[in-house]
Amino acid sequence: MKDFSIFDIVGPNMIGPSSSHTAGALRIAHLARGMIHGRVVRAQFTLYGSFARTYRGHGTDRALIAGVLGFGTEDSRIRDSFRWAQEMGLQYSFEVNTTDTDCHPNTARLLLTSDTGETADVTGVSVGGGSAVITRINGVDIDLTGDYHTILARHKDTPGVVAAITGILGRNHINIAFMRLYREGRGSLAYTIIEADEEIPAEAVEQIRSQPSVQSALLIPKLA
Amino acid sequence: MDFTTAAALLELCEGEGLSLAQAMTRRETSLMDTPEPEIRRRLAHSLEIMKNAAATALAAPQKTMGGLIGGEAVALEKRRAAGRSACGSMMARAAAIAMGTLEVNASMGLIVAAPTAGSCGVLPGALLAQAEEFGFSDEELIDALLAASAVGYLIARNATIAGAQGGCQAEVGSASAMAAAAVVQLHGGTPRQSLAAAGIALVGLMGLVCDPIGGLVESPCQGRNATGAAQALVAAEEALAGIGAPAPLDEVIAAMYAVGRSLPRELRETALGGIAAAPSACARCKGCS
Repeated sequence: MKDFSIFDIVGPNMIGPSSSHTAGALRIAHLARGMIHGRVVRAQFTLYGSFARTYRGHGTDRALIAGVLGFGTEDSRIRDSFRWAQEMGLQYSFEVNTTDTDCHPNTARLLLTSDTGETADVTGVSVGGGSAVITRINGVDIDLTGDYHTILARHKDTPGVVAAITGILGRNHINIAFMRLYREGRGSLAYTIIEADEEIPAEAVEQIRSQPSVQSALLIPKLA
Repeated sequence: MDFTTAAALLELCEGEGLSLAQAMTRRETSLMDTPEPEIRRRLAHSLEIMKNAAATALAAPQKTMGGLIGGEAVALEKRRAAGRSACGSMMARAAAIAMGTLEVNASMGLIVAAPTAGSCGVLPGALLAQAEEFGFSDEELIDALLAASAVGYLIARNATIAGAQGGCQAEVGSASAMAAAAVVQLHGGTPRQSLAAAGIALVGLMGLVCDPIGGLVESPCQGRNATGAAQALVAAEEALAGIGAPAPLDEVIAAMYAVGRSLPRELRETALGGIAAAPSACARCKGCS
């Protein structure tokens, strides 16, 4: 069971109206934005379940855009995020999907394109109280919450990669709290997610990225 | 150091002469590794947000996303200023702040979910109105938030604070229980009296369903926040007078949870039952998606 902090009970501090439909939605988008290199210039959102039915009245659309723009849950710009998107050069579109009902009621899928031309297909779920979980990236099922300092590495599913990554973290004195490995299939693409209590220095991520079998390594900062 | 029941919390407080606020601070510093000054600094920030939200709604009607509410705080405050509030000036102020905070929330303003966004008006309503009436300091209010969080934590840990799981009794009911305990502490009551007040408030709102019109956090949520603040103040008054709850807080929390689980799905935030299903209510929210 999760340990409740004072600030889970008197908190979170958030832009309303709903912890699940506003703050949680923002968090999904905030995490997703960290899963791509460069600045996001285009975001296509697909909303499912309760998100699809009530997103306007809950400001879910504004919150998702705000998350992609990097605003926090306390940022008063969330309400005006459509305007901020224009100002900050983010194109966006929304689609609702009311036919797929086998997913969690508060699910959003984000297709992001960055200024480097990279794309990411990220699905996240708002699980209540403003918390969120990323459940899928580029077709691979994962589990990432942003509760810790996180590294998301994409690499070939080949012997020695994980050892190389953990070796680099060890030499940088990073204590791993949780570590998980996901793959598309044997010998193809894999994702390693490492969550640490301490902040992870950028040079450690750089060293991981320079490993021959590693295609990308991203640092996803811990969210408040 | 941890406590997982109200009985254990009370034993800790009475055994070591701690207030609820001190016990909760001790738990946080030991479990979360957060130093006390940091805890108080963050709660001072939360208190600031609560005050700002109240001031915003009392100054002008808020335009909400769903358009079902807006202007209630101003209307209440105007009547209060006339000096003949039916429920007394302090209680009228508590209702105005509680309803106003919900307006701010529904218009995408900044609030403190306490314990949830849908119940965010209860604690500020009760605590800020009391502070204005009796001159409690910010430090005392931070202690009050700590006492409130102890009760909220016990409910979240042993039952639920989610309307989708337990109905409105789990949201506004929990907020009311938290506020009741906090108000008792502000008035110098004992931890035992605080927990009694929490129990009285939670029993007072037991069975309250979650039936948001159009699925939006606007109506009847706003009125229920005023109800929760008022219930908290009455419960605190009872406990300070030495009146106990019908059962110890642990049993009240368990009963609330059992009631919540036995509520049909229609009455747990689905907008399919209760006032959300009333024909006039449905007609009102045609504009929302």
